[in-house]
Amino acid sequence: MALLTPEHLSHIGDLGPQKQEIATRRDIRKYAVATGQALTKYLDGDVAPPLYHVTLFWEVVELNRLSPDGVYMDTLIPILPLDRAMAGGLDIEYFQVIRAGDELVAQRQLTALYEKPGRSGPLIFYEVIMEVNTAAGEPVLREKTTRILR
Amino acid sequence: MSKSLRISELAVGEPILGRQYACDNVQLMLYNASLWNGHRIHYDQPYATEVESYPGLVVAGPLIGDWLTQCVMEWLGAEGELLRFTYSNRIASYVGETLTSSGRIISIDRDSGDLELELRVHNQNDEVVVPGTARVRLSI
Repeated sequence: MALLTPEHLSHIGDLGPQKQEIATRRDIRKYAVATGQALTKYLDGDVAPPLYHVTLFWEVVELNRLSPDGVYMDTLIPILPLDRAMAGGLDIEYFQVIRAGDELVAQRQLTALYEKPGRSGPLIFYEVIMEVNTAAGEPVLREKTTRILR
Repeated sequence: MSKSLRISELAVGEPILGRQYACDNVQLMLYNASLWNGHRIHYDQPYATEVESYPGLVVAGPLIGDWLTQCVMEWLGAEGELLRFTYSNRIASYVGETLTSSGRIISIDRDSGDLELELRVHNQNDEVVVPGTARVRLSI
């Protein structure tokens, strides 16, 4: 029996709000230290490490919107019949590096939602594409996130 | 850590040496704070073990993904450019484990300067916890 209904599938194509953020030297430095970078350009905060955008555009959520396990329910994704997230992965195309002071605009879109049988039951997969551009509209990166729910 | 890679001196199959990582509570807290990730499995030991039944605090998946990019960027040097990067989290890792990043060259296009790399982070049991790939460009 299919887990995903036509209503779930109708959300494919939904767009999240545009978010605009500035890559600050301080935040780049904090990210570089926390991830254990070795290269000076990252530790000095001049250039952002390749996955810095993950933190720059992670949702900053008020405490009362976190679930008891401390997780924010991504509003771009409809409420699905499976909710135990297994870590997924990222596929990122880079067009230019992010530097301290860059003003960036990101927007996410739910691009795929499907199910597959797993070894211990059905699994739901979804894909979200995030486009990150400069404030002037030049592409910076394109990231596809794949998540698996069981 | 390479400073100037020359594409003429590289060969398919050549290994890329990474680093060892032993994420502790402090690093895991700082990483999740920088991310604004409040998931208790990363800092609340009783919750992680008693409620979610993990053997310990779970190392954040994107942090291990970042270690793969470090493997690439530290090898690539100043002249190289990262064009594409993929990774997927396959096996959970926990505070106290020692993880090792590494890679190898799987293709070289000597006309464009593009190289395809296969990457992995493995644990002390030699299980691949996070595989990945990268496409990089060297000046020719």
